[in-house]
Amino acid sequence: MQERVAQFEVDHVGFLDASGQVLEDLPEDIADLEVIKQGYRSMVLTRLFDARAINLQRTGQLGTFPSSLGQEAVTIGFSLAMQPNDRLVPSYREHGALLCRGVTLCELLLYWGGDERGSDYQQARKDFPLAVPIATQCLHAAGVATAIKLRSEPQAVVTVCGDGATSKGDFAEALNVAGVWQLPILFVVTNNQWAISVPRESQSHAQTLAQKAIAAGIDCLQVDGNDLLAVEYASRKALERARAGGGPFLIEAITYRMGDHTTADDARRYRDDDEVSSHWQGDPVARIRSYLVEQGGWTKDQEEALQADCQVELERAVADYLAVAPQPASAMFDYLYAELPEAYEGQRQQVIDRAAEGKTDE
Amino acid sequence: MSERTLVEAVALALQHAMEDNPDVVVLGEDVAVNGGVFRATNGLHEQFGGERVMDTPLAENMIAGLAIGMAAEGLRPVAEFQFMGFIYPAMEQIVGHAARLRNRTRGRLACPLVLRAPFGAGIHAPEHHSESTEALFAHIPGVRVVIPSSPARAYGLLLAAIADPDPVLFLEPKRIYRLVKETFTPNREPLPLDVCFTLREGSDITLVSWGASVVETLQAAEQLATLNVSAEVIDMATVSPLDMTSVLDSVVKTGRCVIVHEAARSGGIGGEIAAQIGEFCLLDLLAPVQRVTGYDTVVPLAKMEHLYLPGVEQIVAAAISAVEFE
Repeated sequence: MQERVAQFEVDHVGFLDASGQVLEDLPEDIADLEVIKQGYRSMVLTRLFDARAINLQRTGQLGTFPSSLGQEAVTIGFSLAMQPNDRLVPSYREHGALLCRGVTLCELLLYWGGDERGSDYQQARKDFPLAVPIATQCLHAAGVATAIKLRSEPQAVVTVCGDGATSKGDFAEALNVAGVWQLPILFVVTNNQWAISVPRESQSHAQTLAQKAIAAGIDCLQVDGNDLLAVEYASRKALERARAGGGPFLIEAITYRMGDHTTADDARRYRDDDEVSSHWQGDPVARIRSYLVEQGGWTKDQEEALQADCQVELERAVADYLAVAPQPASAMFDYLYAELPEAYEGQRQQVIDRAAEGKTDE
Repeated sequence: MSERTLVEAVALALQHAMEDNPDVVVLGEDVAVNGGVFRATNGLHEQFGGERVMDTPLAENMIAGLAIGMAAEGLRPVAEFQFMGFIYPAMEQIVGHAARLRNRTRGRLACPLVLRAPFGAGIHAPEHHSESTEALFAHIPGVRVVIPSSPARAYGLLLAAIADPDPVLFLEPKRIYRLVKETFTPNREPLPLDVCFTLREGSDITLVSWGASVVETLQAAEQLATLNVSAEVIDMATVSPLDMTSVLDSVVKTGRCVIVHEAARSGGIGGEIAAQIGEFCLLDLLAPVQRVTGYDTVVPLAKMEHLYLPGVEQIVAAAISAVEFE
């Protein structure tokens, strides 16, 4: 005898079409216009920041940098749904989320400019620094969520990874334990279609990436990641549930990496310009602007004022960043341990002397 | 005061740490109801419950990653890896995250976790159960590697590792889990980290060891005494960072040194100790520094492991050749 013992479905959610028109009646508790305006401002600022950071890198004033161009609605959408005391455990392309969490533009520039102080966030002190190794952060999020659950805090954790990360064991292991222990986590998979040069279809034969949660007994949803309304709404529902003890949730946000993987990459080697151009039709920033114009009476004057305001904020941050004095050479040793073991005091003095003598390689 | 084995001392330290600090939690495979495959967490689940003594799903990398997240939140996770041979999936989490979270965030987040693992050969265990790869971890700045060699030191050093604000890999020599019994007062006081322990004073030669090999090293010192060779025996205990100040003081006094470790020779911690002796007290040496170690081979399976482990005879022979060196 053969009988069906389990059956699964994956839904896709989107509220706006590519031009920003509302597809169907919005839920009653859709984000109000003030929240969306706040999110829109963050998206504009993030887009300007990405462009400016690339410019700084090209002119030798910043290190290798990964642009988030095209993904702004994902990273800002879930951030709008977070409470200050929730924890963010991010991947490395989440500038928008970090800004929403209170990380400053100057801190972002410091980090990508090669200064560890950029991860010493003055706000969001409990958020993790961004993770460069792929998917490893998903497990940290599970640990953070375990601590939150153990202490019965009414908070949740958001962790973010890409489509490539879903191929890694860390991702599967984190989902698995989050399911077993019913941890308060929202997993956001930013499916931007490309893991450097490897396209989504070469990453997994699964129909959706969302369904990877199902194997761990976790509810999931695929969301139009270029629709700020949809990402915010789905994230808010998932986080409200998680904070109330309802367990983990996974959102696969469908978006597109409009830029190169990083400034060290040339995407023309592996994908057509036509493909990239076609994705401008779904541009998340233009889309939510249209929504604001139609639903919120967003005016040309407001738009110009916002752009100018963001430019001023950005240039002030760039000036601050460029004026930051370098760390003392001893900083290399000073944060390795709570207290540096005596065994390394000699080496610490060596680097101090080396810096003082100007005998660096640079 | 009562006699305890090393593994009982580990369990007692865990119990006392959990009683004294509600942030201490234990996690790992089979650590809860079963009390650990070696019984190192015996009784903890009954006393502290499933919230603080957690059986995890079976994934070593996950155990390390979870512990990092918990530690960043201010808990004091003590994670058990069932055997050191199974710790390698966790390398990325240990090297890439635990060891550097404090440094990466300029002290904003820290990683006060302990990763415990039984290690070493000599119990006729199956394949992959007999590793001594402490040097892999001693090479990583930001993580301490601590190895007890007696019940009392296991108790005091584990308390210290749990209290330490940084990550500690705590390797337990399972060959002597139940071999040695010791009477000590479990006074809830940690022993110091980053310092070695002089177990026996001597004037002719310094024998440096750690882990289970300390047992054979002490036996060798006894034999050497009958041959009128006075051996000083040092248990390194913390193999990263090394307390070279104490070792160098001893070698300046004796002029000779034999380093004994179970791990493979090349790239082993013995090489670092020998290098520093050469660097800092070459002219005090009366003989070349020697190493008695496991071979540069895969640890053999049960039938040959007695030929792999450093024996008393090898240690005595090395010491005699050093004393007779001209």
